[in-house]
Amino acid sequence: MDAILKYLDMGGYAAWVWPAYGLAAVALGGILFFTLRDLKTREREFEALRSARRGGESSL
Amino acid sequence: MHRFANPTQFMRIANAIYPWAAGLSAILFLVGLPVALVTSPPDYQQGETVRIFYIHVSSAWMMMVVYSAMAGGSAAFLIWRHPMANLVAKASAPMGASFAALTLLTGMLWGQPMWGTFWVWDARLTSTLILFFLYLGYLALGDAFEDSERGDKAAAILALVGSVNLPIIHFSVEWWNTLHQPSIIKMTGFTVDGSILLPLFLMLGAFTSYYVAVLVLRLRSELLAAKIRNARMSQVAVNQAAQPAE
Amino acid sequence: MSVFSTVLARDLRLALRQSADSLTVVAFFAIATVLFPFGVGPETNVLARIAGGVLWVTALLAALLSLDRIFAVDFEDGTLDQLVLTGAPLPVVVLAKVCAHWLTTGVPLILVSPILAVTLHLPIAGYVPLVFALLLGTPTVSLVGAVGAALVLGTRRGGVLLSLLVLPLYIPVLIFGTAAVEAALIGRASTPMLSVLAGFMVLALTFSPWATAAALRQAVE
Repeated sequence: MDAILKYLDMGGYAAWVWPAYGLAAVALGGILFFTLRDLKTREREFEALRSARRGGESSL
Repeated sequence: MHRFANPTQFMRIANAIYPWAAGLSAILFLVGLPVALVTSPPDYQQGETVRIFYIHVSSAWMMMVVYSAMAGGSAAFLIWRHPMANLVAKASAPMGASFAALTLLTGMLWGQPMWGTFWVWDARLTSTLILFFLYLGYLALGDAFEDSERGDKAAAILALVGSVNLPIIHFSVEWWNTLHQPSIIKMTGFTVDGSILLPLFLMLGAFTSYYVAVLVLRLRSELLAAKIRNARMSQVAVNQAAQPAE
Repeated sequence: MSVFSTVLARDLRLALRQSADSLTVVAFFAIATVLFPFGVGPETNVLARIAGGVLWVTALLAALLSLDRIFAVDFEDGTLDQLVLTGAPLPVVVLAKVCAHWLTTGVPLILVSPILAVTLHLPIAGYVPLVFALLLGTPTVSLVGAVGAALVLGTRRGGVLLSLLVLPLYIPVLIFGTAAVEAALIGRASTPMLSVLAGFMVLALTFSPWATAAALRQAVE
């Protein structure tokens, strides 16, 4: 337990090291999240458009 | 070069690269993070703060790589009118801006314990800040037009103007920094110890392959957006053509 | 008459007719400079120390405000389309318009800068370098600004956007312009900084007309 606490303390620099890694995680994770979200939305939208058009043509 | 201009061909290559880049990035993060955070020894000068340095240098590297990709893509777009080159530039820009912001923030977190202050008008920090503004300008200009095609071209020209100016800005800031060397804070030129190289290279590799993988995803997304726009436009055209018949 | 002198004469004539525009820029330069003593206090030492930098920063901001005049009016009334369509050498047109812009805003700014320097207690040694630095630096400001002004044609919120695009590119001019004044104040030669400013101007003269022409072409497409 002490060893873990000592490790987490980062030689007294915990307040700098962990936020830095946290920010990196937020930045990289954030980009990935928004990229995937946009990709999914657009895929759905494109599918909807395509099926709508197919539906429209068949009704003609 | 020109065979990459065809979106289908380009995406075939990009999609083939994707699983490798994504897998490599995942592996390098899985191996690199424990090495960077746990097993590598603290630096004899910087202590444990050297661990910040691994992600700081990696994001600084990425912010420059991404700007080169952006400038190269913009040049190819303007000279040969390669639509894919434009998409590479466009898809890269938000990532580059994020990497620049991450570089600045981790630099501040490293500076506070090392220099005793969050911000120093050090040449590298200042140049990074200016590069961040150039990214913001590119993003803002690309977004500012009703007609997205105009935005693409204007932003591409801006990226090239920026890349011509970057060396000049860098040189000026370096010179300015030597002129006003703050007397209290001295940049300690630290010697690169062998023990920091392994985690550094692991993180550099992880960041770079992350960029490549996410870039492919963003390219897919941009292409879909273009297809949706075209479909919408042709639908409007069809509707308008149908109108007079009524 | 060559393309250059035709465009230059036309722009100067227009600027003369609307000379209030140039005066507004100068007035902005003055009022922005006068704000500093209120912000940092009227102590002579403090003001003398920052005078060079303050004048440069406010001159850059004043020039920035006037940049949209270079192309915006011609863009709106269709003159720009005609210039592009007639096949006039666009970089030459750009150079003429930038020249007119510099003569109508850069030169007035330079002329009033010594007066404003007096209010900031700039030491006597600083005046000559200040004027020379502005003489060599403001053409670069107009040239680089022209690229930005052409890029934002037809955007919403063009003015704010223009400042975001152009101000980072002005930093080198600002650094060496201020350094030229400061060198003189500590008894050093300011010629090295002035030659760097001249170098920047030559670079801007070579690149900016082409970049601006490319930006204009895509704007009128």
